[in-house]
Amino acid sequence: MTEPAVSFAGVSRHFGTIRAVDGVDLEIAPGEFFAMLGPSGSGKTTCLRLIAGFDQPTDGSIRIFGEAVEGVPPYRRAVNTVFQDYALFPHMSVADNVAYGLMVRGVGKRARREKAEEMLSLVKLSGFGDRKPAQLSGGQRQRVALARALINAPKVVLLDEPLGALDLKLREEMQVELRTLHRQLGLTFVFVTHDQGEALSMADRVAVFNDGRIVQVGTPTEIYEQPRTRFVADFVGSSNVIEAALLSTLGVSARGAASLRPERIRICASVVEVPEGWLSLSATVADVLYQGAVRRVVTQLAGGGRIAVSDAAHGAVSVAPGAQAILAFEPAALHWLEQA
Amino acid sequence: MARPLSSLTADLPPLPDGPLRRLSDFVLRRRWLVLAVLLAPPMFWLGAVYLGALATLLAQSFFSLDEFSGLVVHEFTLSTYAQLLRPANLDVVVRTVVMAASVTVASAVIAFPIAYYAARYAHGRMKAAFYLLVMLPLWSSYLVRVYAWKLILAKEGVITWAAEATHTTGLINWLLSIPGIGGPSLSVSYIGTFIVFVYLWVPYMILPVQAALERVPASLLEASADLGAAPGRTLRSVILPLAMPGVAAGSIFTFSLTLGDYIAPQIVGPSTLFIGQVVYIQQGTAGNIPLAAAFSVVPIVIMAVYLAIVRRMGAFDAH
Repeated sequence: MTEPAVSFAGVSRHFGTIRAVDGVDLEIAPGEFFAMLGPSGSGKTTCLRLIAGFDQPTDGSIRIFGEAVEGVPPYRRAVNTVFQDYALFPHMSVADNVAYGLMVRGVGKRARREKAEEMLSLVKLSGFGDRKPAQLSGGQRQRVALARALINAPKVVLLDEPLGALDLKLREEMQVELRTLHRQLGLTFVFVTHDQGEALSMADRVAVFNDGRIVQVGTPTEIYEQPRTRFVADFVGSSNVIEAALLSTLGVSARGAASLRPERIRICASVVEVPEGWLSLSATVADVLYQGAVRRVVTQLAGGGRIAVSDAAHGAVSVAPGAQAILAFEPAALHWLEQA
Repeated sequence: MARPLSSLTADLPPLPDGPLRRLSDFVLRRRWLVLAVLLAPPMFWLGAVYLGALATLLAQSFFSLDEFSGLVVHEFTLSTYAQLLRPANLDVVVRTVVMAASVTVASAVIAFPIAYYAARYAHGRMKAAFYLLVMLPLWSSYLVRVYAWKLILAKEGVITWAAEATHTTGLINWLLSIPGIGGPSLSVSYIGTFIVFVYLWVPYMILPVQAALERVPASLLEASADLGAAPGRTLRSVILPLAMPGVAAGSIFTFSLTLGDYIAPQIVGPSTLFIGQVVYIQQGTAGNIPLAAAFSVVPIVIMAVYLAIVRRMGAFDAH
C-alpha cells in the first residue's frame, strides 16, 4: 500500500475545556479529492489548520506523506492553503500575490512573472496580473487565491470553505472548475465545507464531522445511501428518521430507528394505489414547497413527528396543506441506523 | 390551522408625532440643509479663525522691521526672507529638522513592537492596560513632565546615580563625549532634548500604528507562512508595508510636534535655539514680528513637502 498523503492518529486539539478536535483517526490517499463536512464548530476547520501547521494538536500525531509534522512550522510544510477570506495581500498586485511563494524562495523577478502569468491563465485570469486584489470581484479573488496556493506545487492543497462567499451560480461554476483542476494536476485536495451538496458532488470521499469527531468516512454514495448514525442521516440530505415504535406498528421487525430518504417516498391518492409489498403511512400535509424541478411536501403524522417527501413537481398527485395523504415506500428504502 | 396573533395586529399605539418629528421630516427631505447645518460651524472655524490667522501670518512675513525705529514697515519686501537665509538662521532650521526626523525615526522604532503586541496579542484586561499606559502620561501637565525629565537627566539625577551603581558611568561619559550631540551632562545636551522629545511624542506614534496593525487580518500572516515565508520575511513583506499608513500618520504627529515645540528644548538641552524658540524670541523679546512670521512659515513649508512625499508613498490609500 502506498503512503497516505495525510494521516491522523488519535489527533486531538483541546482549547481549555473545549474539545475542538477529539481523537480523530484519518487517512487521505494521494491524489484524492477529500471533503471534510460538518456543521460550524464541528472541528473540520481545526483539522485543516492542524494539517497546515497554524495550530498544533494537543494529542496524537499527524503525518504528511509519511513524515511526522510535530512542531514543523507552516513555512516548512509542503502544503498550501486557499483561505476562506482568500487572504490576498492588499498592497501587492495580483501577479505579486500569485508569485509570493516563488519570491520567498528567491526565484528571480522575470521567472516569477512568467510563472505567475502561467498560473493566472490556468485559473482563467490572464491579463489581470497588474491589478490590485481590491479591483477584482469575489470570484476572481477566489481564483487568485487558488493560483497562489498552486504555484508552489504543494503535495497537498487545503481549501477552507473556498466557495462559501460566492453566489450560487459562481459556486456551481467553481465546483466544476475545481474538479477539472484536480484532475489536471493530480494533487491531493482537502476541502472543508458545511454544504453537503458541495461535498457530495465534488469529493471522492467525505468525512462527516460532529462535535470534534469523525462520525463517518466514505464515498458520497455510501454517505448518502448508508448513513451510519441519525446525525449523518439528518445532516447529509436531511433524511427522515423513523423511530422503531412507529415501524413496529407497520409490522416491520425494527432494529432501532431507520432513515428514509424523502425521494424514496411516494404520495398516493388512496390506499388502493399503494404498490404491492410497499409500506404505507397516513399523514396530514402541513406544507408544500415548490422548488422548480422537485417539490417538497412536509407532512405531519397523527402520532407526532414529521416526514418530508420530495418528488417530481411535474405529474405528481396534487396535494394541498391540510389534506390527508398516503405515504408509501418500499421496505428496502429503510436504512437502519446505529444507536449513537 | 394556526390562530393569527391578535396581539400583533391590535392595540398597537400610533407612533408619536410632534414638532421635532415634523422638523426631522422637513430637514430630511432637504439633504443640502443637513450638510449645511453640520458643516457651517467647523467651516467658519477653519476658514475664518484658522486660515485667516495663517494668512495674516504669511502677510506679516512679507513686511520688514526698521532697524532704527524698531517699527514694522508695512511694505512688500523679500528682505525678511533674505534674513532667514543667513547661515545662523539656516543652522536653526537644519538643527530643528534633523531633530524632528531623528525623533520620528526613534518613535517609530520604539512604537512598533508595543503597537504590534497590543494589536496581535493583548485582549481584554491587557488591552485596557495598554491604552491606559500609553495615555497616562498625557493626563499630566506637559511642563511637569519636561521638568521631571530635567531632574532625571541632570548630573545629580537618577540616571547618573544608576550608572554609578551599575558601573556604567563610562557609557554615559562616552555618549556625552560624542561631538555635536554630547555635552557636560545629559540635561544640557542634544541627547537629552532628543530623549525628552521621544518620550513626549511616542504615544502619538503608538496609537496610529496599533490601529493600522489591528486592521491586518491574521489570515494574511498565516497565508504568508503557508506560502513558505519565515517570520522575518512576513514582517518585511506583509506586516511592515501594511503598517506604513499608521507609521506615516504617526510621523506627521511626531515630526510636526517636534518642529513647533519651543518649551522642551528651552528646559532640556544646550543653549542653541530651535525654530519654535526663535519665533518666540523674535515676536516677544525682539518685537521682530516679520522675522517671527517668516520662521513660522518654515515648518509649514516643510510639513507640506513632507505630506506630499508621504502621500506619494501611498500612505493615505485605504486598504
